[in-house]
Amino acid sequence: MLKDVTLGQYFPGDTIVHRLDPRTKILLVVLYIVALFQAKWWVSYAIVIAVAGLSMALSHISVKNMFKGLKPMIFIICLTAVLNIFYTQGTPVLPGWIITWEGIERAIQMVLRIVLLITGTFLLTYTTSPIALTDGLELLMNPLKKIRVPVHEMTMMMSMALRFIPTLIEETDKIMSAQKARGADFENGSLVQRAKALLPILVPLFVSAFRRADELAVAMESRCYHGGEGRTRMKKLQFAANDILALVLGILFLAGMILLRVFGL
Amino acid sequence: MAVITAENLTHTYSAGTPFEKTAIENISLSIPSGQFIGIIGHTGSGKSTFIQHLNALIKPTSGKVLFDGSDINADKVSRREIRRHVGLVFQYPEYQLFEETVYADIAFGPKNMNFSEDEIRERVTEAASFTGIAPELMERSPLELSGGQKRRIAIAGVIAMRPEILILDEPTAGLDPAGCRTILGNICDYKEKTGATVIIISHNMDDVARLAQRIIVFDGGSVVLDGTPDQVFSQAEKLISIGLDIPASTALALELKRQGVELGCPVYTHEGLVEAVLAYREGKTC
Repeated sequence: MLKDVTLGQYFPGDTIVHRLDPRTKILLVVLYIVALFQAKWWVSYAIVIAVAGLSMALSHISVKNMFKGLKPMIFIICLTAVLNIFYTQGTPVLPGWIITWEGIERAIQMVLRIVLLITGTFLLTYTTSPIALTDGLELLMNPLKKIRVPVHEMTMMMSMALRFIPTLIEETDKIMSAQKARGADFENGSLVQRAKALLPILVPLFVSAFRRADELAVAMESRCYHGGEGRTRMKKLQFAANDILALVLGILFLAGMILLRVFGL
Repeated sequence: MAVITAENLTHTYSAGTPFEKTAIENISLSIPSGQFIGIIGHTGSGKSTFIQHLNALIKPTSGKVLFDGSDINADKVSRREIRRHVGLVFQYPEYQLFEETVYADIAFGPKNMNFSEDEIRERVTEAASFTGIAPELMERSPLELSGGQKRRIAIAGVIAMRPEILILDEPTAGLDPAGCRTILGNICDYKEKTGATVIIISHNMDDVARLAQRIIVFDGGSVVLDGTPDQVFSQAEKLISIGLDIPASTALALELKRQGVELGCPVYTHEGLVEAVLAYREGKTC
C-alpha cells in the first residue's frame, strides 16, 4: 500500500546512466531543463521528447514506471491544460466558442513541458542513489563554502532525511497494521472520524522518530562526527570519459535548442 | 474441527517492480482449535507474512484463508470481522502504544468493537490481570513505564478483544530472562483459562520445545517441517542445515550420541533430558 509510493524513488541498476557520476547527472538535468524551456514549437518539442526517450531507454526505466511517478502530478497537469484551453485568445474552434485553436495548442505544449520536466528530474532520482545524489550536490556546491554557506550541513541533513523516508514509511505501515489488528478503521467514517483515526498512528510514529533521532545523534557522536571539516570519503567521486562525453552532448543539445529557438522552430 | 485453514497461500510483495519478492509460496495448513503452535524459521522465511494473512491484514496474491469454513477475504466486513476472532501481537508491540493512560490503551481494541462502557471495563480489567499489570498502573502514561511492562500492556491490548486465536510474533524479543518467563507464563494462562488457540513465533527453541504441542518450520517461504516437538526435533540435523538453532537439551543429546551414548528417544526439554539420561543409566530406553 504505502510501499507503492514511487515519487523520487531509486531503481537500482547497472546501466550506462546509472554509472555516470552524480555530478554529471545533476548538471545534465540542469542543462536539460534550460533546454526544455527553449522549446517554442513542435520541432523542438519533438527533439526534447526524443532526448528524454533515449535517456529512459539507456537507463532501462520503463514507460510504465515513469507514468506511475507522474500520477501524483495529474491534478496540476489537468489544471494547467484546462486553464490554457480556456484563457488563450485567438481564433475560436467554432464560431462563438471560448475555446481557441491557439488555446488547444498552448495546452498541449504546456502539458508536454510539465511532463518532460518531471520525466527529466525523475530520471535523475530513478538512476542515482540518494547518497550519491547528496554527495554530488555537496561537491557541486563546494564553492559556496567560501561565502559561508553551510553546504556540508545542508547536504548531510538532506541525505539523512532521504535515508529515513523508507524507514518511516515502513514504520507507518507496521503501526497501521498493528492498530488495524486492534480493530482500528482508517477507511470508513466521516472526515472528523478519519482524522481522529490517525492519532493512533501519529503518536507512535512521532515517539519513534524522536527515539531514532536521538539514537542517530548518539551513534554519530560516538563515531566522532564533528561536521564536514577535514572529513574524507571512502568513495571518491571521479569524472570518467563517459562523463565528459555526456556533458559535451548535453551542452551541444542546449546549444542546438537555443539555435532552434532563434529560428523559431 | 479446524478453526482456521490456509489453502495454497502465496504472497508476492511489490509484484511487477524490480523489488518483486515472493514471501510465501503455496502454503496449506490447518490449525485446529485449542492447539499451542510454535512457528520457527530464520529471518525472511515468510513466517511474519504468513501470520498477517491469518487476520486479513495482508491479502493473499493467490490462495485462501478460511475461518470456520468461510473465506475471510470475501469482503470488507469479513476482513474487519476476522480481527475480533484472530488477535495478532506484532514484534515489539510496545511501539504501537499511543494513549495517555494504560487503561485507555488497553481499551482501544474493545472500543473499536463498540462494546458498552461496562463491557470494556470488564475486558480491560481481565486482560490486565492475565498479563499481570497492577491496577495502580492503569492511570499512568504507558510511555513512562519499563520495556517489559510496555510489552505486557500491548499484549493486554490484544487480549482485551478476547480472540479465539492469539498470534504473537516474537513476544519475548529483547526482554531479559525474567521478562521472558513472565510473558510466556501470561500467554499460557490465557490459553488455559479461555481454551484459545495460540500461535507463537519464536527464535528461542527451548521455549518453543517446552510450550508448543505442534511446531511448524518455515524456510524460504514454504513449510518444511510440521509436527509434534518429538517429530520436529528428531530431525535436528535438518534444522541445523537450514540455519536454525536446536534446544540446548537436544544439542546435548546429539553430542552424547556422537560420543556413543544412544539415549534412544527424542529429547527437547531439560526434564526430558534428565529422564532419558536416568533411564539410560538404568539400562532402559524410554
